[in-house]
Amino acid sequence: MQLKMALAGNPNAGKTTLFNQLTGARQHVGNYPGITVDHKEGSLHHQGQKIIITDLPGTYSMTAYSAEELVARDYLVNTRPQVVINIVDASNLERNLYLTCQLLELGAPLVIALNMIDVAQARGMEIKADVLERHLRVPVVPIIARSGFGKEDLLKAALRVASEKEEWLPLDISYGEDLDIGIKELIARIDAASFMADTYVARYTAIKYLENDEQIVEKGREIDSRTAQALEEIVAGITAHTKTTLDVFPEAVIADHRYGYIKSLLRQGVITRKFDSDRLYTSDKIDKVLTNRLVGPAIMLLILFVLYKFTFGWSEAPVAWLEQGIGWLSGFVEKTLPDGLLKSMLISGIIEGVGGVLGFVPLIMFMFFGIAILEDSGYLARVAFMMDRIFRIFGLHGSSVMPFIVSGGIAGGCAVPGVMATRTLRSPKERMATLLTVPLMNCGAKLPVLALLIGAFFSENKARYMFLFTMLAWIVALLAAKLLRSTVLRGAPTPFVMELPPYRFPTMRGLLIHTWERTYQYIKKAGTVILGISVLLWAMMTYPGLPEEKSAEFAIQREAIATATAPEIVAESLAGSEELSEQAKIYNERIAEINNEEAEVALRNSIAGRIGIGLESLSQLAGFDWRTNIALVGGFAAKEVIVSTLGTAYSMGEVDTEEPMSLGQRLQKDAHWNKVVAVAALVFIMFYSPCFVTVVCIAKEASWKWAFFSMGFNTVFAFLMAVAVFQIGTMLNFG
Amino acid sequence: MVTIRLRNMTKNQKGTIKSIDVAGELGRRIREMGIVPGTEISVCGRAPLYDPVAVKVMEVILTLRNNEADHIFVTVD
Repeated sequence: MQLKMALAGNPNAGKTTLFNQLTGARQHVGNYPGITVDHKEGSLHHQGQKIIITDLPGTYSMTAYSAEELVARDYLVNTRPQVVINIVDASNLERNLYLTCQLLELGAPLVIALNMIDVAQARGMEIKADVLERHLRVPVVPIIARSGFGKEDLLKAALRVASEKEEWLPLDISYGEDLDIGIKELIARIDAASFMADTYVARYTAIKYLENDEQIVEKGREIDSRTAQALEEIVAGITAHTKTTLDVFPEAVIADHRYGYIKSLLRQGVITRKFDSDRLYTSDKIDKVLTNRLVGPAIMLLILFVLYKFTFGWSEAPVAWLEQGIGWLSGFVEKTLPDGLLKSMLISGIIEGVGGVLGFVPLIMFMFFGIAILEDSGYLARVAFMMDRIFRIFGLHGSSVMPFIVSGGIAGGCAVPGVMATRTLRSPKERMATLLTVPLMNCGAKLPVLALLIGAFFSENKARYMFLFTMLAWIVALLAAKLLRSTVLRGAPTPFVMELPPYRFPTMRGLLIHTWERTYQYIKKAGTVILGISVLLWAMMTYPGLPEEKSAEFAIQREAIATATAPEIVAESLAGSEELSEQAKIYNERIAEINNEEAEVALRNSIAGRIGIGLESLSQLAGFDWRTNIALVGGFAAKEVIVSTLGTAYSMGEVDTEEPMSLGQRLQKDAHWNKVVAVAALVFIMFYSPCFVTVVCIAKEASWKWAFFSMGFNTVFAFLMAVAVFQIGTMLNFG
Repeated sequence: MVTIRLRNMTKNQKGTIKSIDVAGELGRRIREMGIVPGTEISVCGRAPLYDPVAVKVMEVILTLRNNEADHIFVTVD
């Protein structure tokens, strides 16, 4: 039989680390509150028993305001795991036990994993697990999740609890005379109507009514409006009473008593302090510098800039090697296979398409590695702290920094996890504004386009231009957020109360797993989605082929040139030797010109060409020709496709196939392209409709209405920007 | 011994939380993070634009905006 086990605990208590220790699952370990949003599952075998472990989102309490708290609570009451491991940070027991209290009140079968006892010891605290165990009447096992210490004991205790308990046995905490009487009254009503009895014990429902828990109050009204109304009336009476006698709401009384309960517990010999807790911990010392009011922001900018230098400087060589390798492969296929559709599909569809994306793997790997360091060390939370005042101006929240950065705030990243990361935001309005604007950031998929165009047109200052375009993405996204927050998403700001987790030295293993996971996702995307799209787009650019009379016309032209040239020259050209005579070269060039013209006519005639040309009259306003249009339409499927499609579109019309040029060089030489067009294209690509996957994600997180809104709004907005750049740039002759 | 608002505390100043005069979401968020009457609190610092404020409560550093800190009354020496 399978055993269901859930992991619950505060953010930063080491929950995900323990999860990895137990299951060996390869997943992200974050230092930032709320890194695990979806509950993740893993399994392990212990003493012949299969255990399914669910990693619940980290929460501070069981009142449901954020999506995460709801997920955690709903999972517990609906799935009813046989045992819940509550991981608590031993160095911060008092605060961590607040959630424990609520889990006990819910009646969940609990085992407490007392994590980071080493940290607590280093801080001069001695914690007696056995005393705590005796008072709470649940097993308490000291562990160190990072090293795996105590893991076996923990599993043993968990299995014991799972085998013992059948019924959930809630803990009763006294909330003072006034509330206790009220709770009794509520319980009587709840029991009489078996109100929500299948989900919660009566006492828990009563407490939640007193805490004014919106989700439960609302559910109550749906299930049984008469009882719900009666309960709400009783609560209103108690509230009036506590307001007049104590000048507080019942929920405050409840919280105070919970902490009172915890304090009295801890005073009974659970914690002994060996030395003064007032001394500065290393983490605080680091904060004295890194979040210093004057030096902090400067260091932050410096760190971000170093990340750029590191990513682009160090990845330059491996990117070049990969590009050479892909070029070689393409040349090899060119020489080995006979001309025809298969060869065309292999080179133009697969190698150029997928190769163009894979070529950027080193760059993305370096970037992810850098972000992983910032994330795992706890620095990102400081960035949120320092940036909140600025984000608030735009109607956002300091915590919006996280989704923004994940989506590409430090170029790289992806809007998909970014959109998902917005779940940590508590206010629906700030969350929606963040969710709709994060796709404007420069995600990892836009990076290749940026790198390509900047490399081709601004090669002298690559790092600086990348930095500039990243700043532009920030500015535009923030202004768009402000626009949304003052129009369709108007409303007051939500609380910022947030924890700054202590700095931790990231483990190499964690960083590598983290980097590899994200890079692998990128490679996998190249191997599946982008491979499919590349082939599809190749087909769209190839079919329908030229009508016979058209290709016959070109054949006649070639024939004419051949007959006009001496036969030995034609033979020399066909033999394809290395050293050609001057005349043979001229002959080859003329043939190539006709081939090129034919390819272009064929591309225009294809499905994609027709779409591209159809849009040209409009896109001309921004300086985009029909080939660019093809790439931009393809880019809706996935932004990586832009580079590969441009590659295909421009390699089809290539003049000299003997000496393959890089796409960048080809664009540089093309008459349609110049610096102004490049900037207009960059602006459009950065801000137009999010890719298909992101749109689906927005629909899932918000609604299809918002998903369509984001597609339409972004595209119109991006187009206007691109037109402005192109028109003004051309007028001022910057091209 | 005087009671002042958390906003008016200076850097490194210590005190004991006296009361919190806010209910609803903000009140709950404040309490669940350990900011409850009777607890010691000290100001660690402020963000570059003087807002939010970082405080230490129960061994943990928490951050609050100034307008949120206004609801927290602290008894200081």
